[in-house]
Amino acid sequence: MSKTRIGDQVGPYFGEYGGRFVPEPLIAALDQLDQVYSKARHDPEFLKELDMLHREYTGRPSVLTEATKFAAAVGDCRVFLKREDLNHTGSHKINNVMGQALLTKRMGKKRIIAETGAGQHGVASATAAAYFGLECVVYMGEVDTERQALNVARMRLLGAEVVAVRTGTRTLKDAINEAMRDWVANVDTTHYLLGTVAGPHPFPTMVRDFHSIIGKESKQQMLEATGRLPDAVIACVGGGSNAIGIFHEFFDDDVKLIGYEAAGDGIDTPMHSATISKGTPGVLHGARSYMLQDEDGQTSDSHSISAGLDYPGVGPEHAWLKDLGRAEYRGITDKQAMDAMALLSKTEGIIPAIETAHALAGIEQLAKEMPGANILVNLSGRGDKDMETAARYFELTGVNRTVGDE
Amino acid sequence: MSKVSELLNQDKSTLIGYFPAGYPTIDESVEACLEMIKGGVEILELGIPYSDPIMDGPVIQKATEVARANGFRLRDSFEVIRRLREQTEVPILVMSYWNPILRIGLREFAEELKTAGANGLITPDLIPDEAKDWIEISEELGLDRVFLIAPSSSDVRIKRNAEASRGFVYTVSTMGITGERGELDALARDTVARLREVSNTPTAVGVGISTGTQVREVNEYANAAIVGTAFIRAYAEGGLTGLIEKTQELAKGLQLQSD
Ligand SMILES: Cc1ncc(COP(=O)(O)O)c(C=O)c1O
Repeated sequence: MSKTRIGDQVGPYFGEYGGRFVPEPLIAALDQLDQVYSKARHDPEFLKELDMLHREYTGRPSVLTEATKFAAAVGDCRVFLKREDLNHTGSHKINNVMGQALLTKRMGKKRIIAETGAGQHGVASATAAAYFGLECVVYMGEVDTERQALNVARMRLLGAEVVAVRTGTRTLKDAINEAMRDWVANVDTTHYLLGTVAGPHPFPTMVRDFHSIIGKESKQQMLEATGRLPDAVIACVGGGSNAIGIFHEFFDDDVKLIGYEAAGDGIDTPMHSATISKGTPGVLHGARSYMLQDEDGQTSDSHSISAGLDYPGVGPEHAWLKDLGRAEYRGITDKQAMDAMALLSKTEGIIPAIETAHALAGIEQLAKEMPGANILVNLSGRGDKDMETAARYFELTGVNRTVGDE
Repeated sequence: MSKVSELLNQDKSTLIGYFPAGYPTIDESVEACLEMIKGGVEILELGIPYSDPIMDGPVIQKATEVARANGFRLRDSFEVIRRLREQTEVPILVMSYWNPILRIGLREFAEELKTAGANGLITPDLIPDEAKDWIEISEELGLDRVFLIAPSSSDVRIKRNAEASRGFVYTVSTMGITGERGELDALARDTVARLREVSNTPTAVGVGISTGTQVREVNEYANAAIVGTAFIRAYAEGGLTGLIEKTQELAKGLQLQSD
């Protein structure tokens, strides 16, 4: 390995990926964000404030749970779950949201907008808005407002306005388009609280930094639990934030890094969201990265049972890691993910988000390739929001049996 | 020398008209563009339908969706340009988001564009900072390249974007996406005034312009007014007749200068 550490890389470019492919009206806001964040990144006051929020509001550090029964059921390995599902609001998304909300205050802006797929980023944003007294508008594809109805209600209870997006495929991609349009019009008063490591610089670097606490904590916790580094670190990949968050601290260690993308009906069918495995380089939502597109450069529709992975783009740093060969990306079908969701629920009493289940589903194969491996998984979120989908999928509506008189 | 900048440097008002290639079909889009030109549009901005147009409001989004639903393919753009070029001398600037161009390949796209007879490109999501290759290739081929400036742009960026442009620099009139605005705010006038402090590059103002009065107002301080949504709405609601009427109304704004 050369002396330059992969982990030291910051935007705007990750190799040939990244950049700022956005309309000029947004550049002033991106410059401002870049300046404010570049300062905050090294400002002890800012870091202290964020640390306090992590400890006293979010509930960090999140614990590490060894899943012995799940491991026994899938093969010859040890499985360690980094429990981001136990964070306030139920996923890793809050790490980034608290950081950006603090920056919003520093920039003197009073309104935040966010896109959301699974609704977890929307809920986290609505939560931060309530906590910090900000106005909050969340854009969500109409399809996702239906499959993640519980999270729509949560956002509204928290005081956010939820806007169903009816354009295009009516999923996460179109929610981002709509949020960008809102931002162009209201950039003076509004911060766009982007929820993943995609988008124009500085978002990929900044969002990664805010999630890198996941890897920092879990590295320490793995050393305490096993006396050594894990053999593999794995996570699901939608836009790529929870994966980068847990990978980053391990970039320059001798540890295998694997991201699991949604393969929908199958990676060789047209119905998937496996952006890195099956996509090609292009520009989407402000950055150059891998994306799903047709031969005309029109963005292709993505498909996944998981709203949070149903996205035809991915963060530019992942594209770079893939080309470098530093991380590997694999596809997991809807069925494999749902089976893994059920297995973790029954063996460990932990119901994961369907997004997260994509990472869990990869372990069986990995244990065959690396017998005896210690595998660290980012358990990025809990599955409450997915109960409607799971109930339909597993036919769980109603009770097993009834006793007593009518 | 750019034919577009020569035209815009003349002491007169100019109307630039946007229309999507392939909307609602290839034949009809050629027909519509020719009517706009007949009615007084002096530079044509030909839009390329794209799946994720983040600078565009609902009217343009819808029109480009219709074009794609009716089978428009990216390479049909060159066919539309060729057919227009057979019948008009008016400069044609293609307005395209960046990804379709990258997908074909920048050099190939630029060469085909030139061969078909277009004068250059307007790139809404490409800033000069990311445009090194495009600047080189457009210089080599003598194609216009239109970057944007906005009310939020710093003076440094206004100067840089204007100087990186060839043909003209596009002043975004207001903070927002394409669509009609009842009143154009003072932002456009201020932005053009700031441009004039630092550069002689001609400028056209666009986004939100929908009436003859606005066309006239904009031409008082800028070299041209760009209208898009209003043409498309007129066509969607009143067909070719509606489009012709709207063009006439907008062109009146050219004659009534400084009354
Ligand atoms: C629990 C959970 N995990 C993962 C994701 C995917 O996003 P990312 O790839 O940015 O971590 C989401 C997105 O909604 C999520 O809710």
